[in-house]
Amino acid sequence: MNAISDSPRKIDPLLYLDGVQVSFDGFKALNNLSLVVEPGEMRAVIGPNGAGKTTMMDVITGKTRPDAGKVFFRGDIDLTKKDEADIAQLGIGRKFQKPTVFESHTVYDNLLLALAGLRGPTAVLFARERADERRRLEELLGIVKLCDSRHRLAAELSHGQKQWLEIGMLLAQEPKLLLVDEPVAGMTDAETEETAYLLREINKTRTVVVVEHDMTFVRALGVKVTCLHEGSVLAEGSLDAVSANQRVVEVYLGR
Amino acid sequence: MIFARFIANDRLLIGFIAVLFGITTLLIVGNLAFAPGSALHVPTYVIALYGKYLCYALLALSVDLVWGQVGILSLGHGAFFALGGYAMGMYLMRQIGPRGVYAHPVLPDFMVFLNYKELPWFWHGMDMFWFAMIMVMLVPGLLAFVFGWLTFRSRVTGVYLSIITQALTFAMLLAFFRNDMGFGGNNGMTDFKDILGFNVQADGTRAGLLAASAIFLALGFFAARVLQRSRFGKVLVAIRDAESRTRFLGYRVEHYKLAVFTFSAVMAGIAGALYVPQVGIINPGEFAPANSIEAVIWVAVGGRGTLVGAVIGAILVNFGKTLFTGVLPELWLFALGGLFVFVTLFMPKGVVGSLPVWSSWLKRRLLPSKVDVPPPVTVQAGE
Amino acid sequence: MGLWRALLLALCLLGIGSVARAQSIEPALPLLASSSYSDIEKGIETLAASGHAHALTILQALADSKLFVGADKAVIQSADGKFTDAKSGQAAVNAQGLTAPRVNNRIRRAIDAAMGTLTIKSPDPAKRLEAAASVFKTRDLAARPLIETALAKETDSRVRRAFEQARAALILADKASDADKLAAIAILADRGDQDARAILAAVNDASPAVTAAAKSAVERIDSTLAIWNAVQSVYYGISLGSVLLLAAIGLAITFGVMGVINMAHGEMVMLGAYTTFAVQEIIRTSMPSLFDWSLAIALPLAFLVSGGVGMAIERGIIRFLYGRPLETLLATFGLSLILQQAVRTIFGANNREVGNPSWMSGAFELGGLTLTYNRMWIIVFSIVVLAALMVLLRRTAFGLQMRAVTQNRRMAASMGIRTSWVDCLTFGLGSGIAGIAGVALSQIDNVSPNLGQGYIIDSFMVVVFGGVGNLWGTLVGALSLGIANKLLEPMAGAVLGKIIVLVLIVLFIQRKPRGLFPLKGRAAEA
Repeated sequence: MNAISDSPRKIDPLLYLDGVQVSFDGFKALNNLSLVVEPGEMRAVIGPNGAGKTTMMDVITGKTRPDAGKVFFRGDIDLTKKDEADIAQLGIGRKFQKPTVFESHTVYDNLLLALAGLRGPTAVLFARERADERRRLEELLGIVKLCDSRHRLAAELSHGQKQWLEIGMLLAQEPKLLLVDEPVAGMTDAETEETAYLLREINKTRTVVVVEHDMTFVRALGVKVTCLHEGSVLAEGSLDAVSANQRVVEVYLGR
Repeated sequence: MIFARFIANDRLLIGFIAVLFGITTLLIVGNLAFAPGSALHVPTYVIALYGKYLCYALLALSVDLVWGQVGILSLGHGAFFALGGYAMGMYLMRQIGPRGVYAHPVLPDFMVFLNYKELPWFWHGMDMFWFAMIMVMLVPGLLAFVFGWLTFRSRVTGVYLSIITQALTFAMLLAFFRNDMGFGGNNGMTDFKDILGFNVQADGTRAGLLAASAIFLALGFFAARVLQRSRFGKVLVAIRDAESRTRFLGYRVEHYKLAVFTFSAVMAGIAGALYVPQVGIINPGEFAPANSIEAVIWVAVGGRGTLVGAVIGAILVNFGKTLFTGVLPELWLFALGGLFVFVTLFMPKGVVGSLPVWSSWLKRRLLPSKVDVPPPVTVQAGE
Repeated sequence: MGLWRALLLALCLLGIGSVARAQSIEPALPLLASSSYSDIEKGIETLAASGHAHALTILQALADSKLFVGADKAVIQSADGKFTDAKSGQAAVNAQGLTAPRVNNRIRRAIDAAMGTLTIKSPDPAKRLEAAASVFKTRDLAARPLIETALAKETDSRVRRAFEQARAALILADKASDADKLAAIAILADRGDQDARAILAAVNDASPAVTAAAKSAVERIDSTLAIWNAVQSVYYGISLGSVLLLAAIGLAITFGVMGVINMAHGEMVMLGAYTTFAVQEIIRTSMPSLFDWSLAIALPLAFLVSGGVGMAIERGIIRFLYGRPLETLLATFGLSLILQQAVRTIFGANNREVGNPSWMSGAFELGGLTLTYNRMWIIVFSIVVLAALMVLLRRTAFGLQMRAVTQNRRMAASMGIRTSWVDCLTFGLGSGIAGIAGVALSQIDNVSPNLGQGYIIDSFMVVVFGGVGNLWGTLVGALSLGIANKLLEPMAGAVLGKIIVLVLIVLFIQRKPRGLFPLKGRAAEA
């Protein structure tokens, strides 16, 4: 089940990390990490604290430059040569661990700013809202269940609502790949369940990589799991297979 | 027309421009139409003073544009203001022509005094009004662009950026104190004679300069308001709230910052250019870091991010300064220092931002209810 | 020059009591009293040729304008105003009826030359050394035969070298064979100081070989001198750097721990300086004998005064503004205005005089360097402060807590560290160090209400450049800034040098936006 060593491939992987290495002051946050995500896939990434999950996301989204290794998107686009804005425009959306929305904007404006399309200063200066934009925003408000809060300031939302708003903003970006960092941290069980459902819905049209600690949630997603440890892949496969792995039990799940 | 479109649905903008032009017109009419001695006469020094306040207001507006909207606390906007002022000063010096003390046909007095043999290259063309006005905008704009390009690109933010901007204006201060820079050294430029052929001391010219200040303040306010209400303005606030989120949405944050920083510097430059003929002097003291920080406190007093607050704050604080320095000059610094502390601690939203709080407090006072009203929460300090 | 002349005078005064030799100084006196410079010059030569035991004393007095001559009499006035007869060395009543010979630069040269000749034969090696130096300086060709004979007899190697150098200087000023001149050039090149360079630079010989040799020797000397100058600049730079270190270190601590920029930090420095002033005032009026101890007394007081004010500021204002660094910056700027005005109201706007204790005044020379004691002590002092601070941070419980809060405030709080107290004490510590920096600064700068303003921006630059990760960053930042400033100064002038440094820092943060030693890890990202 090792995807990396597969011989001739029909379709390029959507995301391909090849021997990525990142160190901070001698501490190796990522150590020769290689990972393949196929188009349309949903992947859960688990691992103990300090395993390099967030650093991996930083590398993919251009926040951190790796010391060595390559990150390819859609076959041959080398992400290590690009910055955050470029990567976002290429179609990679990222949700932070801590919900990050624009607190002094309304829910509606938050989504409007995230909407795919205009990004350059000049174009944005003269932008006026179009009918198709409005339609798409209504649709998104429905998806993240914030129709009634559209004119409220994002600062006034509950924690769970902010998480959802951020996911909505990600969808508004129309990304090909979504990176979601601990989406259910601090959520109630009901919210967690709904979030799992939402992510599966999203996965119908987009590729998703979820970093999560919550094993119930990972199980609810029911997807292929990658376990990171000390900056490299420890195990990969179905959740059952991974949780049966002796090393994973040792370093992460505990006995 | 585009103006109409923007103005029509913006009551704040209409109100602002109406009040500004109203007061300005009253003052000018009072000064020019009524003879001294008449009860309705407005003395010329009031005209000059009010004109000066409006220039400060424009400077405050430019500070609010970067601090209030994008969250860049610039402690160097005084440098852009002073550069605009110097460009205007150079024009005014060239207008003196052979009427200087040394009566040199071309060289300004200080150059004769410092043994200059010919005009330095950057003084050429400054005798033409249109060229000087381009420089008024170009020089601060260019400096802001280069400086911003270097700092925003490397993602210098927060207090680091503030300190670097302060160092910028400090470096300019040192540079302009040098005699061999060709800007008159520590004496700066003064003894201006006329502007566009009008005597700078004449009442009519002063009224004209006041009117010009009002017009430019209105234009600046209009531009800032349009910017604030556009999607561009929304991106700016987004950057202020969550810079990395904005970046991960695909906006190239540094371009936005650079654009607004440069625009704001040009605005500050224009303010400086209007200021110089009204106060009659420009010297390196205008680059002093304290001046830039003072401009920031005007904005804080008025209400950061509200635009109209910046204007109100600038006028309020400077009016206070005029009163204070007239009566108790040695206490002014205590008052100003106290104002810094007071505003940041107890009025972080400023006068304009606190209006809703005050009005609700007033309502509760005036319309007492049976219910025990909890004490009004003005500000949650320490948040 | 002044030094050896004073030494010479002392030696001569010792010799005054000795028995006068047979030779007479009489023929010289009328010439010295003449109003013609050439007569005076002749008189000096006559005096020197007389070999009289007091000739040297007389010449020295002449050089110092302490000699009064008449047709048959000469009187010397000593430093305390008493008169002695030049011939006998016995006390004289006054200098009535005598005139002071006219002296101009030409006469001074003649005096130097004469004194040089006189001492060449002295039995005392120190005197001979001086004589050689004098000849070297005046290049009086008449002294050459004397030098040659002296050199032949000389046994002391140091004096020998001095004579050789003097002879070399004379050879180059005289007619001589190319070989001699080349040898002379080699000797002077070895000497390698500014004087030797001046002689070599003036060489313009008919022989191209000699001129070329002189030129290359000048170049060699130039490069050595350049090194000395650079070393001197580096010393000044280290001195400035240590001052910046003292001023910036407290800033770096408060910024590192609390993320707070204290714009009133400069005023804490100023308060320290004024504490020193107050301490010295009290000592001056009540116990002048303690003056040399004034700094030692002022140090702890300054620490307490500034530290106390700092803690009051933290408790009264800053703690309400945590998490809002830009507001803190504004509030503390307001405080700096208030403190400045307060000091201005209490002590006045003018500079206050703070004296240097005796051990802080003066200077000594080392190779081509002149080192002043006050700057040297400040360097030593800043090293001591840095070391003490390192110990405090690494070896004490408070230091441990401080580092914990720096790295992760929330985690530290949940470990039971009272972060608000750590903040308060840290702020007090940073301000207190600023206070003792003020004590040091009072020794080299004007004590005025604006004292702090002069250093605050440079201190900020140190913090920006060095980063807040650890104290080494501050040290490296302060020293680099100090040295860069002083190295640029001779090339670009003080102001332009400073501007260049500021521009360089702006460019530097391009590569390292968080300074040389940034805080690392997740906490730093917040």
